Amino acid sequence: MPATLFDKLWETHSVRSFADGSALLALDRVFLHERTGSIALASVLDSGRLLPAGQRVMATMDHVVDTHRSRSDATTMPGGAKFIQAMRTTAQRAGIRLFDLDDPQQGISHVVAADLGFVLPGYTYVCPDSHACTLGALGALAWGIGTSDCEQALATEMLRIARPKQLRVWVDGELSPGVSAKDLALHLIATHGSAGGERQAIEFAGPAIRALPMEGRFTLCNMAVEFSAFCGLVAPDERTIAYVRGRERAPRGAAFEQAAAAWLQLATDEGAAFDREIRLHARDVSPMVSWGTALEHGASVDGAVPLLESLPEASRNRAAKALDYMGLAPGSALAGQPIDAAFIGSCTNGRLEDLRAAAALLEGHRVAKHVRALCVPASGAVKRAAEAEGLDQVFIQAGFEWREPGCSLCFFAGGESFAAGARVVSSTNRNFEGRQGPRVRTHVASPATVAASAIAGKLADPRELLAHQGAP
Amino acid sequence: MSALQPLTVHVGVAVPLLLANVDTDAIIPSREMKTVSRQGLGQALFAAWRYHYDGVQRLAVNDEFVLNQPAYTAATVLLAGPNFGCGSSREHAVWAIADYGFRVLIAPSFGAIFQGNCIRNGLLPVELPLEQVQALAAWVAVAPQQHQVTVDLVACEVRTTGGHVWPFVVPAVARSRLLEGRDEIAETLTYSPELAQWRERDRRLRPWVYAGEAG
Ligand code: SF4
Repeated sequence: MPATLFDKLWETHSVRSFADGSALLALDRVFLHERTGSIALASVLDSGRLLPAGQRVMATMDHVVDTHRSRSDATTMPGGAKFIQAMRTTAQRAGIRLFDLDDPQQGISHVVAADLGFVLPGYTYVCPDSHACTLGALGALAWGIGTSDCEQALATEMLRIARPKQLRVWVDGELSPGVSAKDLALHLIATHGSAGGERQAIEFAGPAIRALPMEGRFTLCNMAVEFSAFCGLVAPDERTIAYVRGRERAPRGAAFEQAAAAWLQLATDEGAAFDREIRLHARDVSPMVSWGTALEHGASVDGAVPLLESLPEASRNRAAKALDYMGLAPGSALAGQPIDAAFIGSCTNGRLEDLRAAAALLEGHRVAKHVRALCVPASGAVKRAAEAEGLDQVFIQAGFEWREPGCSLCFFAGGESFAAGARVVSSTNRNFEGRQGPRVRTHVASPATVAASAIAGKLADPRELLAHQGAP
Repeated sequence: MSALQPLTVHVGVAVPLLLANVDTDAIIPSREMKTVSRQGLGQALFAAWRYHYDGVQRLAVNDEFVLNQPAYTAATVLLAGPNFGCGSSREHAVWAIADYGFRVLIAPSFGAIFQGNCIRNGLLPVELPLEQVQALAAWVAVAPQQHQVTVDLVACEVRTTGGHVWPFVVPAVARSRLLEGRDEIAETLTYSPELAQWRERDRRLRPWVYAGEAG
């Protein structure tokens, strides 16, 4: 019987199936971070239970750690040092590899896991963080878990999962210049609502997805959880194979060829059935920006904040409240809204391609005087690669701060923040109230839109800048 | 996490807190989640209500709050309002309740994730209709320390010496887990032999997953 990519991942990892359709899945990889990982790890160690092969577990510092140059254990987040030190001690006790502050590979878990080839196609992967789904871009079954599940994952290498329904998001055509995977994700969520993919396993497929670079696929799968999905997936293809080849933890030589052949077999078979399908055309996607406090509050950057009457009745109250928080009037144009800050980074859009896309627009320009601009590479590997290409200089000359890897201002941990009331255009994935600091107003957008807006000092359409530069 | 204490028939002081939609942020405010362990969170339970604050600084205990009243300090049963534990999936909420010393929560309904977290942490969430919870709260309030509540998970009923006998329903898997004090880890470990077989097969099928590992 023809099977989907998800079916194959499920079947191959199912240790035992239960009558209610759930299964106990074997886990190939676990990644921890200092904010929640050390609690789970410490609980397991304290209970005297054994850990599975330490090789299959890694940990990083990303959430709590500062990203400014002179960072140390003493964080701007009050009490942050406790988290950092607890992660260090527990990792040592457990004998697992930790990417500490001074480690050249340190960075955001979901990015480091891919940098190193710690996660490869066909693996199961969990992390006590909702954006673990990012790794689905490799054709891995990857999902975020809570702390108790994390303890269980560490102690038993298995988790019992209710089998999710399957949704295929099929995208025809090819994205236009200046439009990225981020815009595609925001378009999807704005069209189908934040709950549109609720608890489903989503496979992104179709010509537009095949044409996406791996970075774009990571972005898309990262955003799957913002669509309320259980996980996001893209079938492994030649691009995936090329991406993982030569990575530190990837097999080599004949072993790699053997693995690659198996990975290509994971793709969804012709005629396999999904519970649901959403079809869209890439040419209908334009650069998007969020205008409210949920990602379904999104519109084309050359569009406007909707009039409340135009929204379904059930969502009007929430939208009105969101606009109040955002300091925007219904019906007002998005492009041209003055901004106070611009942020490029995070596990959504802090990879090399993202930095390249932003730098291509920033080259020869300067950020508007009143705008505070930050670029935070998602990992040490990304940072070094960007520096090798001279991207750091482009950012710095344009007036951006060039930071050390980490989650940074993607979320407010209690320390560093944008100013209260500040309007921020950000390449991150969440725009909840207070996500980037108390009363901070976040507009989620692509790295290109963030760069174009930083230069303009207001929300701006990157396509205009591209047209000026005569880019393709 | 060590194995849980079995819960069969529990008798204890009940404390009423019948507000609707008490979310996980009210159960434990995020500013109280600074600990790196799940122990000791009991002191932060309902912190925003239990203490007076100056900014993030705790000033004094709020004597008015029901948990702080002497008659209720030994409470092990929480009587709560509808949709108790709604909001985020933060497990700190359940850890704080368990660490404080509660064993049973009785409410008209619970947040779904919260309810699951209760069971895996050895707390019994009992759903009773609002009128029954209210009647129970009224009876308890007369003499909290004498009017103790019996929650019988074997018979699946709540009883009092005041003549209340109310049946409740708990999913079978959750019930047996609580009765035996078996946590999910212990239960999952019973499948370890199957995992070992699976691994043996998998090592042949996907050797690259295990490259560089001993055995
Ligand atoms: S970058 Fe942001 S979304 Fe990603 S793991 Fe860090 S805090 Fe979470």
